Amino acid sequence: MGFLRQVLVIAAKDLRAELRTKEAINASLAFALVILLLFSFAFDPTEETTREISGGLLWIVFAFAGALVLNRSFARELPNDCLDALIAAPISGAALFLGKAMANFLLVLAVELVSLPVFGIFYNVRWTSQFGELMLVLALGTWALTVIGTMFSALTVNIRLREVMLPMLTYPILVPALLGAMQLTTGLVAGQPIGPDTVAWLKMLIGFDVVYTAVSLVLAETVLVG
Amino acid sequence: MREKILYVLGIAAIAILAWNINAIARLPEETEQGVTFKIIFFHVPMWAVAITAACAALLASVGFLVTKNFRFDAAAVAVTEVGLAFTTVGLVTGSIWGREIWGIWWTWDARLTSALVCWLLYAGYLMLRKAIEEPTQRATFAAVFSIFAFLDVPIVVFSIKWWRTQHPAPVFWAGGSFPPDWTKHLLWNMAAMLLLGIVMVAVRLRQEEAQREIDSLRRTAHTL
Repeated sequence: MGFLRQVLVIAAKDLRAELRTKEAINASLAFALVILLLFSFAFDPTEETTREISGGLLWIVFAFAGALVLNRSFARELPNDCLDALIAAPISGAALFLGKAMANFLLVLAVELVSLPVFGIFYNVRWTSQFGELMLVLALGTWALTVIGTMFSALTVNIRLREVMLPMLTYPILVPALLGAMQLTTGLVAGQPIGPDTVAWLKMLIGFDVVYTAVSLVLAETVLVG
Repeated sequence: MREKILYVLGIAAIAILAWNINAIARLPEETEQGVTFKIIFFHVPMWAVAITAACAALLASVGFLVTKNFRFDAAAVAVTEVGLAFTTVGLVTGSIWGREIWGIWWTWDARLTSALVCWLLYAGYLMLRKAIEEPTQRATFAAVFSIFAFLDVPIVVFSIKWWRTQHPAPVFWAGGSFPPDWTKHLLWNMAAMLLLGIVMVAVRLRQEEAQREIDSLRRTAHTL
């Protein structure tokens, strides 16, 4: 089995398990909607205020809701010693990691794609005018969130306070990625395409993704197999 | 023997500090900021030690992953803890200066924000260590996290720099003017702080070694 096929098998397994139980994605979606609701009390949800802070608001919702999905990624394998079986399987740690990261990416992206129209309706924002570029930023930011989150999900899998530790470790590392994604999203939701003064953020986001994907793939074997 | 060397180094660090603080107190006041400016003699060395500690933590973490020798792990945790202490003092001294000169304790400026993010990262490292019980797993996972954290520092610094900057431009190497005899005192303070940091790391390393001995004795006692 080639590396890519191994990755796809793991990703398909994770997605199948999640779509049958729906335990993480339902919780994550409900959580995203609750935070969206709470934000409407935090400030006056008029069109102008919302437009100014839309990027920050959306990415805080995505990061919080994403943590719920990422928490389950490795914790799901603990009952029945599934994690030991996965590690004993004849695939490399990097393939296992990448497969799980891809499954998480699709799940978090699904939550985001449901949250976006809800945000548009609740806060009366027309967010679709720069749809293509917004989707690009969404994909890059979500990949940063999932590649770091999946790695730290593996690091924290045996810890008692796993649910608390994962976001506490993930968010500080994600600061540059979230900052860039927030800046870009605010502009795009307001209808301004990525211009010469914002393209640096896009480059930084791509750089962040590349660096951490590479480091994670190198260290995945050490973390998973030891 | 080792203990005596530590005592001597510690006393030397304190002696240099005492002599240097006395000398700094006699220096004339800076024209615009007055006596408040002198906090730079402590603020800058704090950050120099903290950055040295961060680099040492990266080297120790990589060393552990390559060799699986627990001495590297002990070094990593000792260096990170001491570095975090210096980072805390660096943040506090900076904050005090900001209150006097800017009139505010804190501002979301590039350097301040990056420093805070680094503080959070290394505090997270120590919390992760506390939470994992199995020693080999703790050492491996902590080392991986330390590498992730160190890689993040330059990205954080540059991204937040684009975001906003208010921190005064560096006085050294960047066109600022700092009298040469003042630089001398600053370098002495830096040496003293570095020495102090080394002593603290050495003490912390001894604790780690003692802890490992206690653990192994306990395990032996269990088997008997």
